[in-house]
Amino acid sequence: MNTVTQGKEKDIREDIAWAQINRDVLASLEQPRGTYWALFTMAFCMFLIGVACEAYQYDRGLGVSAMNNPDVWGLYIATFIFWIGMSHSGTLLSAILHIIHADWRKPIYRFAEAMTTFSLMTAGLFVAVHLGRVWQIYYALPYPNERWTWPNFQSPLLWDAMAIFTYLSSSILFLYVGAIPDFAICRDNATGWRKTFYEKLSLGWMGTDRQWRNFRVAYLVIACFLIPLAVSVHSIVASDFAMSQQPGWHITSFPPYFVAGALYSGCAAIITLFIMLRYTFRFEEYMTMPILDKTARLTFAIAMVWTYLNLIEYSSVWYGSDAVAKETLIQRATGPYAFWWWSMNFLGSVVPFTLIFKKLRANLTVMMIVSLLLNLGMWLERWMIVTPTFSHGYYPWTWDHTFFPSWVQWGIVFGSFGWFGMLFMLFCKLVPSVSMYEVKEMVFHRKLAKIHVREA
Amino acid sequence: MSLEQTINDWSKIRQRHPLPGSHPDLKWAMAIDLDACTGCNACVVACYAENNLPVVGKEKFAAGQAMHWIRIERYWNEGDEASPQQGAQFLPMLCQQCEAAPCETVCPVGATNHTPDGLNSQVYNRCIGSRYCSANCPYKVRYFNWYNYPEQEKVWPEPLPMQLNPDLTVRTKGVMEKCTFCVQRLTDARNAARTEGRPIRDGEVTTACAQACPTSAITFGNLSDPHSAVAQKWRLQRVELEKDRQLKDIDGSHPGLRGYRILEDLRPYPSIMYLERVRDNQA
Repeated sequence: MNTVTQGKEKDIREDIAWAQINRDVLASLEQPRGTYWALFTMAFCMFLIGVACEAYQYDRGLGVSAMNNPDVWGLYIATFIFWIGMSHSGTLLSAILHIIHADWRKPIYRFAEAMTTFSLMTAGLFVAVHLGRVWQIYYALPYPNERWTWPNFQSPLLWDAMAIFTYLSSSILFLYVGAIPDFAICRDNATGWRKTFYEKLSLGWMGTDRQWRNFRVAYLVIACFLIPLAVSVHSIVASDFAMSQQPGWHITSFPPYFVAGALYSGCAAIITLFIMLRYTFRFEEYMTMPILDKTARLTFAIAMVWTYLNLIEYSSVWYGSDAVAKETLIQRATGPYAFWWWSMNFLGSVVPFTLIFKKLRANLTVMMIVSLLLNLGMWLERWMIVTPTFSHGYYPWTWDHTFFPSWVQWGIVFGSFGWFGMLFMLFCKLVPSVSMYEVKEMVFHRKLAKIHVREA
Repeated sequence: MSLEQTINDWSKIRQRHPLPGSHPDLKWAMAIDLDACTGCNACVVACYAENNLPVVGKEKFAAGQAMHWIRIERYWNEGDEASPQQGAQFLPMLCQQCEAAPCETVCPVGATNHTPDGLNSQVYNRCIGSRYCSANCPYKVRYFNWYNYPEQEKVWPEPLPMQLNPDLTVRTKGVMEKCTFCVQRLTDARNAARTEGRPIRDGEVTTACAQACPTSAITFGNLSDPHSAVAQKWRLQRVELEKDRQLKDIDGSHPGLRGYRILEDLRPYPSIMYLERVRDNQA
């Protein structure tokens, strides 16, 4: 459906009417039909499985997760990091690409931002699931009490708590503020309870010049604030490992390595959701193939950065003087986790090479599969960071034990995807998943560009 | 620590940890003679009895979820694997009460700290069970309550609860625990000594494991008291608390020395000195 001029496909057509943009996007907010309910029920069932596993674990104790001494952290921490990593997608697309004026982000950043927010909410679940006494989780908050006890500010886990709270609230703010003009469009086209709902959300937006100017500044300020925040959040999560003493964890390159892995996960997830939304809501006009192409190329670039940092980690350990760290690395490659470790390296470093080929980038099925494989590789990466260190640490008594998670852990990880799915599906029906006003901006710029080309 | 002292000693604080002379009067420490240890496990049993440790059963033990605060590890020389019943070396491993404990800095809620008498404290009611302390412990001597042992796992069917030590709690599920050098006994002794207005005498209080050991392999006492048995042992072996490499390992000039501390190069400054087993050939 994209017109091809001068042999180059454009990100979006320049002759789409404003009313049509409104119509197409608002159509996605209509009353859902059978397929939607079927998918939502499926996500809900997945979530219920997770809830059931957690209920059993809450009642019986964490021992049912098959964790033990020394394997005290399992899939909960690994998946926690995975979800935090996924959350970097929104920041990358919304904030970073906004600042460098990459217009092609405009139709897709809204759902990417939503993905960020929901990923963070899902990650928060894992903090709760992982704790031995989750009913006292508030001890980690700096609240005044009569014993004058404060949390331990030296602990990276506490920095995590602070950073994630800040990141979550900033992301929600960013998502909400960026959607205000769209909520106004929804309000103007809605009736009944939806009208009241969007009225409240759009905060009386009238699209005046002054409002637009204030809006632009606010958006830019939050974007500038969010970028260092995102980098620091995942660096802090990385310092949970880097600041410990354990071999395989105490590596200086972990903070940038984790941030690169997060951007990688996020980009791959954007591709997955892009293809799903484009098909479901028939957004072919807006989520165009050139945009997918650019996202795929960006993913490849980040994949190479991640591969580079990965190789740095391996070489610095290999040529370093820490004998135990080297043993741990060798054990990862040749021990009981070798299959998963090599899979991670294959999925993370070799599979992205499919993104070099233009033909494959234009093939939606291939992109769907590749993006899912890339994310599988990233999930494996987190698991391979957490568990193998426990099976070969400093202390010989702990060696030669192989640790695998129990069905309870798998159930909860599975359930988290259901939870994320539910949240995302709710979002799709309540908030326009394509940013209408930004698409209009994009179309307008294209029109102007075309006029200038014709004049030149 | 006052603000003044912090500012004045800033360079010292950032460079030296632990601070020498931070326990002038009372510093609990141990010396364990691996030559005397026969691997009989009496110390393990005594610890279970003294500290209300749950016997978790075969299945959970095989799953690695045992609660033995002191454990006997067995090591064999290379080549002896064919006949494992001969020549095992036994190593009782318990919380090393590190002066620069890696577990203390990482607890998000501050449930593990250092006491003025040199112990690494675990505050059960503050612990929320994040298990970061165990993840960071190089010795893996921290044990997590994976289940609710008394009520759900029923490890003490009647009338066994009558055997429990009333001087300390039975921990609930979700908290971390570890060897405390029988802090309940130390508190008793400290109180008794304070009432009578005298310092704690050497040998007045000892840990359950030291008490039970048939070969007196474990010596427990106050390292800051130069006349205590444990201080004499440390001095004889030229092992010092605030050093990260002891004379035995620096060069081969003192072949008779047997005293060392485990994983010392990670610099947690443990409070337990092990005396190497006397071998008839070079180790």
